[in-house]
Amino acid sequence: MSDSPKTSVEMREVRLAFDEKEILTGVSLAVPALSRLVVLGQSGSGKSTLLRLILGLLKPNAGEVMFNGLNVTRMGRLRLNRMRQKIGMVYQYSALISSLSVRDNLALPLEELTSKPRGEIDQLVDEKLTMVGMADARDKMPAELSGGMRKRVGLARGIIMDPELILYDEPTAGLDPVISSVIDELIISLSEKIGATSIIVTHEMESAFKVATHMAMLYQGKIIAADTPEGFKASNDPVVAQFIAGDTQGPILQATTS
Amino acid sequence: MVLRMFGPWSAIRTSLQHLSSVVWLLVDTAQEMGDRVVRGRLPFRLSIFFEQTNRTGVGSIGLVSLVSFFIGLTMALLTGYQLQTFGQERLVPGLVAISFTRELGPLMTGIMVAARIGAAYTAELGTMVVSEEAEAIEAMGIGPLRFLAGPRILAVFLLLPCLVVISNFTAMGGAALISRWAFDTPIRLFFDTALESMLIRDIVAGTIKSFLFGLIIGLVSCYKGLSVRGGAAGVGAATTSSVVTAITIVIAFDTLSNIVLVALFDQ
Ligand SMILES: Nc1ncnc2c1ncn2[C@@H]1O[C@H](COP(=O)(O)OP(=O)(O)OP(=O)(O)O)[C@@H](O)[C@H]1O
Ligand SMILES: [Mg+2]
Repeated sequence: MSDSPKTSVEMREVRLAFDEKEILTGVSLAVPALSRLVVLGQSGSGKSTLLRLILGLLKPNAGEVMFNGLNVTRMGRLRLNRMRQKIGMVYQYSALISSLSVRDNLALPLEELTSKPRGEIDQLVDEKLTMVGMADARDKMPAELSGGMRKRVGLARGIIMDPELILYDEPTAGLDPVISSVIDELIISLSEKIGATSIIVTHEMESAFKVATHMAMLYQGKIIAADTPEGFKASNDPVVAQFIAGDTQGPILQATTS
Repeated sequence: MVLRMFGPWSAIRTSLQHLSSVVWLLVDTAQEMGDRVVRGRLPFRLSIFFEQTNRTGVGSIGLVSLVSFFIGLTMALLTGYQLQTFGQERLVPGLVAISFTRELGPLMTGIMVAARIGAAYTAELGTMVVSEEAEAIEAMGIGPLRFLAGPRILAVFLLLPCLVVISNFTAMGGAALISRWAFDTPIRLFFDTALESMLIRDIVAGTIKSFLFGLIIGLVSCYKGLSVRGGAAGVGAATTSSVVTAITIVIAFDTLSNIVLVALFDQ
């Protein structure tokens, strides 16, 4: 896969089951470097699971996951740890370390993984917090923040190491419209300025079409469509069309209820 | 019929699986820490390590010395009265000293630390797993084993022997005080007799056991914590299971090492 637009992440026929229950039944997906891929899919369809597979936090039952041409599935613990330093993950439920202040949460990867001096770390922390509009919360504990504030701190932590690949798990869910737009613009500017590839899981159609350069739809354990945003809008696949329109009529609910 | 045969086997199989997971936890933690050291960095944050040693060690001194003091005292009193009928109460110091250095000190301290510290480790790590904090640490490439399990395992491994020493001394103190009062043994004489009756091998056996028990408690509690599934109820279940398992394994290894040590040295 060394075509001229380099592939950042590639999944080949990935299957995953949680105790007998098949979640992914053959996911194949290629994410070109520097693109912003929006992954759509119903709640519970396995989108967060997909992101965990890329980080090597879960091992697929079959198939392969590649990052930068390296096989994540076959990596040992130490190589995985080194690979993960190039990937930023923004968790759906923030996953901040509750015993550390906001500042220490952001500083943690810098302190643990780099040998930057304290002054520089503080400067980076402030810079990222300002980006997400959370500079005031620097010395607060996660428990003192609202859900949306935690989410923004989680986002700042995800980008603190200037990663090559950023995985966003519903970065704007539960945020007010203004902050949502700020985050959308941040996602775009990060990918353009730092030169990061982004994979964004989201349910907000408006922001999906705003940030995406590529789109993919996960349905019943497979990627049933992968296209440009324009292609998605014009899609006559009934599942895709129903999902984008948010229609109650169509194959999606029928499949879940039957 | 099939089920009846299956029952004990599956229990043995699950225990063996858990055992191998615990051994892997040790290997993986050591590997992650070793990798850091090779790269010229500390395996974990010293501040976290000292925080753990402080609560594990310093924080347990009160409980350990209180319990040991009264067990030593009771032991001296009860055995003393029995021996007194034969005029042999001068055997009390040696009896308490040997029982504690070799057996009761490590065992009682192990049980207390498993309940006090092992439970806390499991609950903490379990909560971090449930709230995805542990996964986030792993996702950042920090290595949750060296970062979370490493300092805890090492703290209890290194601090348990220190607590055992305290346990031994307070037990002797309790025994000496009661002997002074009940059998008119001068305190000075009590300690001299105790020292005379102890052998190096008793102290060595006690020390080996202490380190071993510390390692067991650290590994079991971290393993139980990091493998929590299923929310708050899962954390509760894991914490109970951690204490029960750690105490059971400590007693099992205690018995085993007694048999081995007696077979090797006491003939
Ligand atoms: N650790 C786990 N053990 C068992 N089942 C799991 C586990 N994690 C996820 N699942 C199951 O896998 C399926 C997909 O979960 P996942 O979190 O990936 O969904 P999602 O697409 O991110 O949903 P949402 O949009 O609601 O976040 C769900 O049915 C869930 O029950
Ligand atoms: Mg999800």
